[in-house]
Amino acid sequence: MSNVLVVEDSPTMRQLISFALKRVPGTQVTEASDGVDALKKISGGRFDLLITDVNMPVMDGIKLISLVRKDPNHRDLPIIIITTEGADEDRKRGLAVGANAYLTKPIQTSSLVKLATDLLEGIAPQAG
Amino acid sequence: MVEPREVNILQRKAEEFLQIFRKGEEFTQELLRENERLRFRVAQLEEAEVASRRTDELAFKNLRERLALLEEERDRLLARFKEVEEENKVFASKYLEVELENNNLANLYVASYQLHSTLDFEEVLRVVQEIVINLVGAEKFVLYLRNERTDELAPAAAEGLNMADVSPVLVGSGIVGRVGETGESFYQESIPVFQGIDFDKPLTAIPLKINDLVIGVLAVYKLLVQKPGFSPIDYELFSMLAGHAATAIFSSKLYSQSARKLSTIRGFLDLLRERPGE
Repeated sequence: MSNVLVVEDSPTMRQLISFALKRVPGTQVTEASDGVDALKKISGGRFDLLITDVNMPVMDGIKLISLVRKDPNHRDLPIIIITTEGADEDRKRGLAVGANAYLTKPIQTSSLVKLATDLLEGIAPQAG
Repeated sequence: MVEPREVNILQRKAEEFLQIFRKGEEFTQELLRENERLRFRVAQLEEAEVASRRTDELAFKNLRERLALLEEERDRLLARFKEVEEENKVFASKYLEVELENNNLANLYVASYQLHSTLDFEEVLRVVQEIVINLVGAEKFVLYLRNERTDELAPAAAEGLNMADVSPVLVGSGIVGRVGETGESFYQESIPVFQGIDFDKPLTAIPLKINDLVIGVLAVYKLLVQKPGFSPIDYELFSMLAGHAATAIFSSKLYSQSARKLSTIRGFLDLLRERPGE
C-alpha cells in the first residue's frame, strides 16, 4: 500500500489529483489544504509520496518542501510540485529546494499518474 | 630322314606349344567370364542409377512442393504480421484517445461536482475561478454577472486583475456585451502575445446560460505562460461552465436571497408573536 499526501488549497485540484491517484491500485490518498496542515499530517503518519502546490495560504509549498527536506526521516521522500507557476526560474527554484518533479497546471492526470507511479517504484523522473 | 633325337625335341616343343595354347585358352575363358561379370555389374549399376534418378526426381519434386507451401505460409504470416502491426498501431492510438478522454472526463466530473457542491454564492464564484485557473489554465479573467435592472454585465469576480479596474459592460456593447446579448461564445482565432489588458478584447468570452437566459459572461484575457492556446478539453470545460456554472450561480443566488427573506419573515413572525404578550 502506498500513501500519498496531496497538499492543495484548491478543493477542485485536490479532488482532481486524488481522483486520479485513487485509480492506481494500492494507493491511499490523504489531503491537506496548506503547508502547516501537511506538516502535521507528515509528522503523524508515513508517506511514500508528497504532491504539493506552491501558492497556498498559511505556508507555501516551497517552505513546506524545505522543512520536509531538513527532516532526516524525509530526505528521500519523493516530492512532486504542481503549480500554475510555469516560468523557468520557478521550476529551477522548486527543483533546487528539493522537489523531484515539477508539473505545471493545467495537468494531464495520466501524466501525473505515470510520474507518481514511477516515483513510488523508485524510478527517477525524466528531465523536463 | 629325321633322327629320333630331333623327333623328341620337336615333340617336346609341340607339347610346350600346346601347353601355352591351353593356358591361352584358359586365360581367354577367364577373360570372357570376367567380361560377362563386369557387363552384368554395369547393367546392375545402370539400373540402380535409373532407379536412383527416379527417387531423386521424386524427392526434388516433393521438396519443391514443400518449399512452395512454406513460401506461401511465410507470405501469409508476413501479411498477418503486418495486419497485427497495423492493429497494434490502431490500439495504441485508441489507448491514447481513451487516456485523453479519461483525463477530460475526470476534469469535467470534478468541475461539475465542485460547482454543485455548495449553495453559497461566494463559494460558487470561488469554484468557477478555481476551475478557470487550474483546469483551463487562465491567468487573467473576469466573471461578469448580468444585472437585469441596469442591463449591465457587472464584474463579480476577477483573477490576476484588480476588481476596481474592471468596469461594468452594457449588454450589447463590445465583444463581452455582445456575448451577453446573443448568448454566443466568442473565441479569438489565434492567441496574440499579451501586451496589457484591453477589457474589450478577451481571448474568449463564454456566456453563462440557463436555457436561453444569459446570466453572465466569463471573459478570459490571458493564459498561463506555459499554456500556448486552448485545447479541445478547454472548449468542453467552457461548454460545461456555460451551463453548470450558470445554474450553480443562479441557484446559489436564489438560495441566499430566499435565506435572507426567510430570516426577515421569521423576524416579523417573532415580532408578531411577541406583541400579544406585551
